[in-house]
Amino acid sequence: MERTIFTKFLFRNPSILIFLGVLSVVCIAVTILGEGFGIGIISTSFIKTLGKTLCLCMIAIAMDLVWGFCGILSLGHFAFFGLGGYMIGMWLMFARTKMIVMQASVNAALPLTPAEISDAVGIQIFGVVGGSDIPVIWSFADMFWAQIALVVLVPGLVAFVFGWLAFRSRVNGVYLSILTQAMTLALSLYLFQNDSGLRGNNGLSGLQNIPGLDDVPQSLLSISFFLASAFALAVVYIIATAVTKSKLGNIIEGIRDNEARVRFLGYNVESYKLFIFVMTAIIAAVAGALYYPQAGIINPAELAPIASIYLAVWVAIGGRGRVYGAVIGAAFVSLLSSYFTGGQAPDIPLGFGTIRWTEWWLVLLGFSFVLVTLYAPKGIGGLVDRLPRLGGR
Amino acid sequence: MIRFFVRLFLLSLSIAIALPAMAQSDFEEVLSRNSKLIQKSSSKTVGPVLEELQNFGSNAAENFLYNWKDKALYFIKDTGQFVYVASFPVSADGKKSAVLRHVETGEALGEVLASTIKQVKPNSGVRAKIAAAMVPFQLASDDAELRAASLAALSRDFQSSHLLPLKKAIEVETLPDLKEQMKRAYIFGVIGYGRDNAEIETAIYSLEGDLSLDVRAALNPLLVSQVLVAKQLPEDVNLARIIIPEKTIKHDDGSAGRQSLMMSSEYELSLAASYDLMAAAGLAPPFITPDMRNKILIAATVDGRIAGIPVASLASEESRNQAYQALVDNGTAPPMVGEAERQKAVASAVFYAVYDNPSAEVTGAARTVLKSINVRVGIYKFLDLVLDGLSLASIYFLAAIGLAITFGVMRVINMAHGEFIMMGAYTGYVIQLFIPNYTLSIIVALPAAFIITFLAGVVMERLVIRHLYKRPLETLLATFGISIALQQIAKNIFGTQARPLTSPAWLDGAFVVNDILSISNIRIAIFCLGLLFLGLLVFVMKRTRFGLDTRAVTQNPAMAASMGINPDRINMLTFGFGSGIAGIAGVAIGLFSKVTSELGSDYIVQSFMTVVVGGVGNIWGTLAGAAMIGSLQKGIEWFNPSNTLAAQTYMIIFIILFIQFRPRGIIALKGRAAEE
Amino acid sequence: MRKVLLASAMMCAVASQAVADIKVGVLHSLSGTMAISETTLKDTMLMLIEEQNAKGGLLGEKIEAVVVDPASNWPLFAEKGRELLSVHDVDVIFGNWTSVSRKSVLPVIEELNGLLFYPVQYEGEESSKNVFYTGAAPNQQAIPATDYFLEELGVEKFALLGTDYVYPRTTNKILEQYLKDNGIAASDIFVNYTPFGHSDWSKIVADVVALGADGKKVGVISTINGDANIGFYKELAAAGISADDIPVVAFSVGEEELSGLDTSNLVGHLAAWNYFQSAESDANSAFISAWKAKMGDERVTNDPMEAHYIGFNMWVEAVTKAGTTDVDKVRDAMYGLTFPNLTGGIAEMLPNHHLSKPVLIGEIQADGQFDIISKTTEVPGDAWTDFLAESKVLVSDWKDLKCGMYNTETKSCVQIKSIY
Repeated sequence: MERTIFTKFLFRNPSILIFLGVLSVVCIAVTILGEGFGIGIISTSFIKTLGKTLCLCMIAIAMDLVWGFCGILSLGHFAFFGLGGYMIGMWLMFARTKMIVMQASVNAALPLTPAEISDAVGIQIFGVVGGSDIPVIWSFADMFWAQIALVVLVPGLVAFVFGWLAFRSRVNGVYLSILTQAMTLALSLYLFQNDSGLRGNNGLSGLQNIPGLDDVPQSLLSISFFLASAFALAVVYIIATAVTKSKLGNIIEGIRDNEARVRFLGYNVESYKLFIFVMTAIIAAVAGALYYPQAGIINPAELAPIASIYLAVWVAIGGRGRVYGAVIGAAFVSLLSSYFTGGQAPDIPLGFGTIRWTEWWLVLLGFSFVLVTLYAPKGIGGLVDRLPRLGGR
Repeated sequence: MIRFFVRLFLLSLSIAIALPAMAQSDFEEVLSRNSKLIQKSSSKTVGPVLEELQNFGSNAAENFLYNWKDKALYFIKDTGQFVYVASFPVSADGKKSAVLRHVETGEALGEVLASTIKQVKPNSGVRAKIAAAMVPFQLASDDAELRAASLAALSRDFQSSHLLPLKKAIEVETLPDLKEQMKRAYIFGVIGYGRDNAEIETAIYSLEGDLSLDVRAALNPLLVSQVLVAKQLPEDVNLARIIIPEKTIKHDDGSAGRQSLMMSSEYELSLAASYDLMAAAGLAPPFITPDMRNKILIAATVDGRIAGIPVASLASEESRNQAYQALVDNGTAPPMVGEAERQKAVASAVFYAVYDNPSAEVTGAARTVLKSINVRVGIYKFLDLVLDGLSLASIYFLAAIGLAITFGVMRVINMAHGEFIMMGAYTGYVIQLFIPNYTLSIIVALPAAFIITFLAGVVMERLVIRHLYKRPLETLLATFGISIALQQIAKNIFGTQARPLTSPAWLDGAFVVNDILSISNIRIAIFCLGLLFLGLLVFVMKRTRFGLDTRAVTQNPAMAASMGINPDRINMLTFGFGSGIAGIAGVAIGLFSKVTSELGSDYIVQSFMTVVVGGVGNIWGTLAGAAMIGSLQKGIEWFNPSNTLAAQTYMIIFIILFIQFRPRGIIALKGRAAEE
Repeated sequence: MRKVLLASAMMCAVASQAVADIKVGVLHSLSGTMAISETTLKDTMLMLIEEQNAKGGLLGEKIEAVVVDPASNWPLFAEKGRELLSVHDVDVIFGNWTSVSRKSVLPVIEELNGLLFYPVQYEGEESSKNVFYTGAAPNQQAIPATDYFLEELGVEKFALLGTDYVYPRTTNKILEQYLKDNGIAASDIFVNYTPFGHSDWSKIVADVVALGADGKKVGVISTINGDANIGFYKELAAAGISADDIPVVAFSVGEEELSGLDTSNLVGHLAAWNYFQSAESDANSAFISAWKAKMGDERVTNDPMEAHYIGFNMWVEAVTKAGTTDVDKVRDAMYGLTFPNLTGGIAEMLPNHHLSKPVLIGEIQADGQFDIISKTTEVPGDAWTDFLAESKVLVSDWKDLKCGMYNTETKSCVQIKSIY
């Protein structure tokens, strides 16, 4: 019974089928071409880039839901992404450090007491930033499942409190954007402090080394994370499509188009907005939790307001109001960025000087945002819409 | 050419050979005996040398000290002989040589290659010592400048030997200003080195109500105290305070006090520290810390066992204590002091502090005078904080005021606003490259920055923003794109280094009320500029035709158009006007901090918050917003001085909460204009 | 999207097959906040490589520089580091400035057994098998400068001002302990941290001045980084604080930073480094004129540039000695190598991957250069400081003990890989 509903749902939304198809082809191709299981044409570093790109696509979908469908231009979703990363990072760091301490303690004159173990771990983790005590917020860092739960709970709670306050007092439009920006700025400033207990500017590092899997080469880990990210992306894509095609989806699109009218129709607009805000925050957090073990390090600069603006730009370029638009935008811009800043793009010699892409890429990117906003407000997704068979709606 | 070299060579040779052969004068003898100490001087070893030179007493010695201090002393590398250099002529082929003079007689010693001599470089510690040694010479000098200089040296490093020359100098001093300063210095001298307690007391009381730092610096050392412990309080000491462990706190004047809610100061002695004091004084057996216990345990390990207990089982505090107790029972370790015993021991002793200065009259006088000073210092500190807050507020206001027009009045989210500020600052830098006179260059830079950013604003409005008036959120994106492009272009043109934007000399320095309350001139200038802008803006918006048109167009473009106003033109000009003001703000901000391509992005989020908190669409609101944010941040810093980041974090959180309760800002627009 | 992915994949594949010459990776930020300092180092590397190629290259092959831009983005350092090692197959990497970026790239370098030369003064407490630290450890900069304050200037009260990140935090932690060991009371040490690029210094400067209220001589030890220095020194000058009253010694201010400032008001304040442009030696004059010829007359040289100069030349020598660019063999060849440094002495590579270098203290002059007023003999760099209880027992010796974190008390290797 359920199965048929699901199948029907799939067939009513061919974009999901197409998306899943493309995603699986990419997965298979990368697995075969990659180093871990395959023939090794694609380097591990590129697989990591691809894996991270998938996570970015995930948060782009979240952004698309909250902005493209619900009309809330949040300039703070990268904060949730970062928080998710921090939560998983705490476990990764703590567990790995504890293992190192335990290994070293074999040679100690006296067996370590629990207090001594925690001291030793504290010095290893916080010695870098001039501290040695383990802060209270690391209480659960030793427990994998608790910390996984925190990946969802902490960003969810922050989003809930913030959203509840903001929507209740009917802050909207540009004001809300600036307020969300203030939120992510406050969070990143808070994390920049060493006293915050998360190693300040240093952030959490060495996250690519999974505790207990020291002998597994990075080539295998990277492809595993890539596949995990692909799976998560697929799930998020289906959920996002389901939400947008449901009655809920109609209501939030209504809120985007005319909030007052929806309220007069008797809907509790604030609750709907809050639901979408918290849900997308959680999606962002999960994406972050998958992203940072691949990046290897998380630090407060990741949460800087500019990151969230970039996110909005990806979605705009990809085409908002379409789930696949977000995916296209995030993948396209972030891959292109990594191509141009990597120094791989050939310089263009002109008569009077050379155009170095590392120097001029941002200029190009900046002006293309302007052009997209001016002349292609529906983004790349808008071009896809013109192909009738792929349109999906 | 060759002949020149031969001559030079012969010359240097002749000096090298001839000089040591000459009979040494007494002065030269002193120098050559101390040559190592002078060449590579250290403030630790330079004392005897200075004393010898001081006692030598000749003009040459005085001159020598003077040149040594001013890094004008050289020595010949081969012989170590000290010389002065009259000049460094450079020959046609770029070889640098040096014309030498004798250190005692001043006679010419000929010319050598510059590379054969070496400069004597006393460090600033040595230079201060030399300056102090020169004080007796200089105080008696005829040159008022020298006397003033010696007074400055004296205030940095007062030595007891200065007391007498200073007293003499006061008697003969004719300049009233200098005489006052000398008297003051003498008072400090008496406080520091006087022998007669009554005289010291009078000196202390004469400083009553004086807020300058050196007064406190002279009085506070009198109140230094040492913490002691005894079974009973001794009677014949100059008691500063009685300390109750984990209860009393220490005041600055050496007295004790209770913890209060307002001040977060910690109690002076913890239980552990008190007990350690007792142990050190031999009043109690030492406390065995866990660390010491572990060391003793490790030392007692035999074949993996301690007193028969396997080491592997010692993974907890209790088991370690048990093992240690076993050692104590064996008699191989000192017994542990328990927590109860420690408390009992501490309760049985008296902890107190004694002033280093034995005279109760002197310390009493110092306490009284300091107390009255400190009350006033507290008031001025608060005033200084207010001034700091005002200054920060004026900077925020300046950064946000352009935005108050483009965002506040026109509702255009211009993320490139920060880059307009940056453009203004770079304009100032470029103009300084062409006009080296700083005053003139600033006068030119202000209008130039306005014109350039005005044009940039107009171009941007024409090309981009005009098309997006109906889509405010998309303006945000487009201007963000422009912002990163402009930032990168600036980087490509000017490089990544910070560029200097130097303020004219009359803006250097600070306006000083006293040692506590002062503000730098550049901040005053920014404050004035802020006020000026406020006035200008209010005038333009309320009193001019252009302002009226702008308000009409923003409130109802269609209606305004039907009244004969060209909305396109007005929008363009308004946007240009706002951008131009940002450009001027850029010059000011560049003067006070730095010019980099990231200058703008440092201010953009704060600027938006300033406008939103204050209330969009109202210039007074922006002023109120800036005032609130600036004073708030300084206020939070006051409570947590070592952490500026925390202050910023809490300020932003406060703003977020504030907007929950006043979503339209401090000064909210009413009526139709408030609807979007 | 698929097309993009495939295209990129093909491109990578092509890039990884094109192996030729000896490759030197340059991992310095060319954009973002750190570009200010790091671009100079990239140019230094390009100049050194150019000079080496003009001399006939290395092992008969040309040296090719592979420059990437990690854009002051710490995670990107790890990504670009991996790319350099696995895609471009570089033989050695010269790079990084901030400690965070080094900590970011460290796991990758250790995993892929790369070789990194790190040219900037840092906080110590680290010794990786795969990194050579050519900048100063705390005992080669911070400790001698503090000694200078204590002994020469008679400073009794210290203000430790720093930017809020690893290097200042760790350095100040070491210095606090060191000062306490030297009899300075905890209440006479004032510590303050400010964010990157801080510009509002009036209150902090006023606080520092107020420290003098108890009659003790106050000195400032500044670990303030980058741009923030400009505002700090401007405020100092505005407050009329002369170096005779409150001397400031900076560990992160060199010629490059001063070039953004009018230094006439700062004359007499201090900086401690292992190199100053004003050092008198023939090698230095040659280096400066080569640099100016390449980059322009107004450019200055600084300490990290010298570190790269020594590091690169030592690496060239080690490769020549080993006859290969193989990391393990080059590493073994590095130990004990000596190379004349630019200030007239000899730098030696120690088994703990640090250099022995002289410590110089210079006073700022009106022309933005430093007047060297104190120069020690060569000080061997110490990876683990002797002034913190937990580090005192640790030594690093990759030559004989084969361990970067060896506990001399328990006589065992604590761990082979680094703390990240």
